[in-house]
Formats: sequence, C-alpha cells, structure tokens
Amino acid sequence: MRVDVIMPQMGESIAEGTLTRWLKKSGDKVARDEPIFEISTDKVDAEIPSPAAGTLAEIKVQEGQTVPINTVVAQIETEAGAVAAAGKTAPPARAEATPAPAPARQAAATSTSPGDGKERSARPAPAPPSPVYAAPPAGAWNVPKAAALIGTGATVEDLRRVRSSPVVRKIAQEHNIDISRIPGTGVSGRVTKNDILKTIERGGLERGATATAPGASRAPAPVFAPGERVTVVPMSAMRRKIAEHMVMSRRTSAHVTTVFEVDMSRVMKLRAEHQQAFPERHGVKLTPTPFMVKAAVEALKAFPDLNAAIDGDTIVFKKDINIGIAVALDWGLIVPVVKHADDLSLSGIAKTVTDLAERARSKRLTPDEVQGGTFTITNPGSFGSLFGTPIINQPQVAILGVGAIQKRVVVVDDAIAIRPMVYLALSFDQRLIDGAVADQFVAHIQATLQEGKFTEIV
Amino acid sequence: MALTTYVEAIKQGIWEEMERDERVFILGEDVGVYGGAFKVTEGMLDRFGEMRVIDTPISESAIVGAAIGAALMGMRPIAEMQFIDFISCAFDQITNFAAKNRYRWGAGVPMVIRGPSGGGVHGGPYHSQNPEMYFVHTPGLKVVAPATAYDAKGLIKAAIRDEDPVIYLEHKYLYRRIKEEIPKEDYIVPIGQAAVRREGRDLTILTYGAMLYQALEAAETLAREQGIQTEVVDLRSLLPLDKDAILKAAKKTGKVLVVHEDTRTGGIAGEIAAIINEEVFEYLDGPVLRVTAPDTPVPYSPPLEDFFLPNKEKILKAARQLAAY
Repeated sequence: MRVDVIMPQMGESIAEGTLTRWLKKSGDKVARDEPIFEISTDKVDAEIPSPAAGTLAEIKVQEGQTVPINTVVAQIETEAGAVAAAGKTAPPARAEATPAPAPARQAAATSTSPGDGKERSARPAPAPPSPVYAAPPAGAWNVPKAAALIGTGATVEDLRRVRSSPVVRKIAQEHNIDISRIPGTGVSGRVTKNDILKTIERGGLERGATATAPGASRAPAPVFAPGERVTVVPMSAMRRKIAEHMVMSRRTSAHVTTVFEVDMSRVMKLRAEHQQAFPERHGVKLTPTPFMVKAAVEALKAFPDLNAAIDGDTIVFKKDINIGIAVALDWGLIVPVVKHADDLSLSGIAKTVTDLAERARSKRLTPDEVQGGTFTITNPGSFGSLFGTPIINQPQVAILGVGAIQKRVVVVDDAIAIRPMVYLALSFDQRLIDGAVADQFVAHIQATLQEGKFTEIV
Repeated sequence: MALTTYVEAIKQGIWEEMERDERVFILGEDVGVYGGAFKVTEGMLDRFGEMRVIDTPISESAIVGAAIGAALMGMRPIAEMQFIDFISCAFDQITNFAAKNRYRWGAGVPMVIRGPSGGGVHGGPYHSQNPEMYFVHTPGLKVVAPATAYDAKGLIKAAIRDEDPVIYLEHKYLYRRIKEEIPKEDYIVPIGQAAVRREGRDLTILTYGAMLYQALEAAETLAREQGIQTEVVDLRSLLPLDKDAILKAAKKTGKVLVVHEDTRTGGIAGEIAAIINEEVFEYLDGPVLRVTAPDTPVPYSPPLEDFFLPNKEKILKAARQLAAY
C-alpha cells in the first residue's frame, strides 16, 4: 500500500514550501522518521522525516519546486502492517492558508529564471514578518454605531479608517504598512483591499516628498545585458524573505548607528579561568557570546525602550526579553531566539545559544524558535569585521553588532597598554529611541563587560 | 432542440425515474386523475396506473406517513404537497420519524417530499411560503431548491435515488417562466453542490431559488453601470450546504451578500454569515450583508407582497453599499 508524503505546514501563516533537496532517490529504502527531503519555507529550512517505512516509490515534486502545504510530494510503498501506524503520523491536514495579497511584481520581473518563472509570478507574497504583538485586538469596524461610540469618543467613520477590515489589516501587517497613511476609496475613506493592494503594487508608501522607497519590486534597468555571461538561479525562499525583510526594515525604521569601544580584559580573563571546567560541567564551550547576551539583557532591563516595538501610534513594551542571535549559514542567515533570556544564567545562555546555532546549521529549528525575538545580537566580528551598521530585525527597535575582539594599543591611566578590545555597534530606530538613550544603553553594556560583572559563571 | 420549462423538467425527471425503477411511485392530493395542481403529474396515471400514481385524502400527515412506511418496505415514494405551506401538517412525521430513522434504527427512509414554494404569484400567506429552514435545522434530512430547469430535473433524480429523505422545494414562480435546453441523456445534479452562475471579483452574491434571477439581473446592472464585477453563486442545496463553494467565493472577493426570499430571522443567510465569519474572517473586506424578506407572513395584497419580496432593486442597493464599503 502507498502512503502519501506531504509538504508539511511549518507554521501558522505558512502556505507553501520549496522542496530544496531529495535526500533519497526513487526506489531507495527508507525507515520511518528517516529524513527523506529538505524544505525551505518563509520561516525555516528543515529536513522532513518519512511518515512510514518502505520504499520511496514515486517522487511527484522535483527539487526547486515550490508547492502549497499538504501537496503530495512523494509516495512510499509500505510493507503491509506499517500502513496503519504511518497514516496516524501524517500531519493533520490544515486548511489554513494565507491569501495572495500582493501580486508578486518582483517575481514577474525576474521571470527569466529557468524552469519555474511562470509559477513564481503567480506566487503570493512571502509570509508576514512576525507581528508587532501576537494577537491584535478584534476589529471594531463593524460594530453597531452605539457600541462603537461608548467610551471611546471615536465615530464609526473613525474606526473604519483606522481598523479597516480583517483582510486589509492582515495585508497591512504582512507588509508593515500603516493603513492610516493610505488614501482610502471606501466608505468614510476606509482603505479597501483594492486600495492596499494597489499601494503594495506601486512599491509601498511614499516617504514624504522624496522618491518612493527603494523596494525590491522595481527593476528600472535590466540587471544584465543580452549576451552577457551570467547564471540565473531562482532565489531560495530564505533569500527572498531576507531581501524583503531587509528592505522593509530600511523603509520602516529611522536607522541610526552608534559605536562604542569596550575593553574585554575582564571577560577574556573570566573566560580563560573557566575554559577548562566550563565544558566539563555544561557540555559546551565558553565563548564571548553569552557574556554579550547577558550584558545586553541587563541593559535591556535598565532601558525597556530598547525592548519594545512600534504599533501605529502606540509603543508596545515587551515584558519578556527574547534575544535573537544571528547565525550565518552556508546558504543564508537565520535568527533563532533565546526565549526568556532574562531568566537564564550565563551557562544557561551558553547552552541555549550553542544548541540553537547547531540546530540552525543542521536545519532542525522549529518555526517557533525563530519567532518572538525582542532584541537581536549579530556578530560580524566572527569573520574579522571591526564593526558594521546592522539593519534592525523588525518589529524590534534595535540590534547590537559585535565586532572582532582584537588586541589593540590603548591608553590606560596615561600609559600605553595592550588590551583585547571590541567595537559594539548599536543600530536603533530613532522614531522611538533618542540618541541619548541609545548611548546610555550601550554604555550600560560596556560597563557590565568592562567591570566583568558576571557573578555566577560555573 | 426544444426548450424545456422548469415544471416540465421536474415532470420529466419523475417520469424517467418511474420508467427506470418500478419501486418509484408518487402520491398526493389530485396527482392522479387531475394531473396535479400544477400539472407536474399529468399523464402519469395513464402511463403508470393507479398503483403508482395515488390520489390521497387531504391529509399531509397521512401522505408523508404512508410514504415513510412504503420507503421502509423498500419502495421509493415521492410525496407531493399541493402547496409546500402544508408540509407543516406533516412536521412530526418528517422531523421525528423520517429524519431520525437512520440514526435510531439504521433504517434509511429513501423518500422525496416535493411541492411548490415561494411567492410572487399573489398566493397570500398560505400559498407563498418558504419553509426550508424548519428542515435545514433538522439533522437527517436533505433540502434542495433548484433554480434552473437543468437542476430541477437533475436534482429530482438525485433526490429519488438518495437513500435518505429529501425535501425538494420547487419555486412556483419559476414553473413556466424558466425555459432552457436540457440534455436528453440521463443525468443527475449531485445534492450538496453549489454552482457559480456568474464570475466576478468585486463582490459575491450567494442565493438560491427564484432570487437567483433577481441577483443575476442586479449583477448585470452593476457591471454595466458601475463596472462592479459580481460573482453569483446558486446554492442549489441548503442541507447539506456546499461550504467549500461558499468559502471559496467569500475569499475570492472579501465581500459577501446573501439573498433569500425566506424571512430574515433564522434564515439561511444568518447561518452562512456565521460560517464565513468563523472560517474566513481574515479574508473579509466588509460586513456580510443580507437581503431577505422581512419578518412577517407573506402579505396577500399585491402591492404589499411586492414590498415584502426581495427584488433586483433591493439587491442593487445592498450590493452598491457593500461594493463601496
């Protein structure tokens, strides 16, 4: 009997996945739960285990193809008896799907991609970046007049303009668009689905009197000339997602970067002291990263503005401190999140970071583990960079870039000394955070690190 | 090829099923010698004889009760209500017996109860009603309401072949007003499947029965005068509802108007709005609106009945509101 292998749903808002690689060939024997193919979705890359033991009978979806969730990608010929069990383990068929809000202009513009150009041009826009907070309050746009007016002072017309409709709010959130800035053609000037789709099609909202935001959606000049020697390959789901998210972030936030220099002598000394015992006790190496995370957590506690998000005209202060750690991969970049980092000890942070990074590299992260970050740390120093000016991971309001730790000649007490130094570059959203606050925040991190205020290490 | 009227299509469907299957028979008031109040059964007595075309006393409870008994004994009865308004006389037989039999004793009741429903012919409060929701609310029944001659024939055949009780609602306003070419070959229209009658992207109208034509005319006007493209879906079956088709059409346009001739409170529009709200809320770009008859009996006075019934103008007004929302 044959068991269907389906494209699994890797997250609530994910409607499709790209089958990046078959780990088994047609005719291969597979064990139950043995990885048989790799997928790439808007959120994560993952290896997908076989739902049953048997022989990979038929491959229906080829490498590189993008298909909706629950599409049958292959069939496994099982030995009798394995069937019942296999059926049960198949992920439940969830009918949840995201709409196709944006006619994917960018995809159409690159339809010279070999093979799947057509398919891509019909794709919906990638899934939304994580919302500012998980469950926005239910819309009041269709409540009876009297109910709408009680207490709020807002009229039904006001509510219609701000709240719009479920579909418009959903699209707005996915594309991080402020509905109130779109001229609506609906009743009371309400922004309709058509209005917002047209706005996205045009490349987003215009910023003041300057040109439209440099969205990825416009291709003013051909990227390569006819006859030019090029190779054209389709973007991976991850690459498309990063591209969209980065441009969106640039459009959204008023980025400013401030750079501090930190003397890491105490930290390096602490690290040296515990380099032997720490792995024996905790099973992971002691790197400078957990010190950075810990110092950032302490600073976030002192400056909650940095652990916040902007939602329309309101500021959302996050009570949890969840630190995203950018992990470079051979095929891109992913930001797994250390949840409740403020509840973790230094060793707890070290273990969590190591585990997340390892699983990121082996494609075993769950969608939940890359969501919910409230602040991000990126580490360009691991490749030798002194400092960078990182782009904020929306909807967060700041990101800390850690440069390479290098021994440098510095002046200490009017004497020339050699110290391990590092540049910390904080990019922050000046819509919410003033320069003074940002600098005090980094100074707080600096003090923690320089003074080596890490009471418990082992 | 000749055009077939809606009423003729029903007759053809019954006739062909009686030819095909000798277990099929019809019973009701004046269905034999007189040929039925609306001539659905005309000529059947001569062709099939009085054992299969049975004139009954004026007792809907008896008609339905006899039909249930015959169905349990292996027959395929078609019970005609001379006017569907009087189906309420057989309410207990239908809801407490026919509908529950399969669940209670594992014995299905393959029976069709059919009759003329709906207003627009100045029939007054006892000859114009739309009683579908009493039965849509009763698990164990199926309820269908064809709007075209093709569906009238295809659905009566599907209803006769169904293993469970089916309430088949004919719209008397459509009997001789609707004509179309229908295939000579045997076909059925599966119960539980809606049909898209007009494609559109701006707004969806869900409706059934005689209101389909009002909705299509309104859609035509909207397209011509304002360029509003309206999707019109004919539900055809009310129980089971074609949820997939409803949700698909709702997601497509994000704006839904439900139109029915039945009265407002407890009408199928409320149920449909609830389904859409529960399942595709995030796709909505406006409130789900209803155009229905008001909550009163059907008036006898022709001007009052005109006021009472939903029509193209009322649909246009609601559709324009929704399109502009």
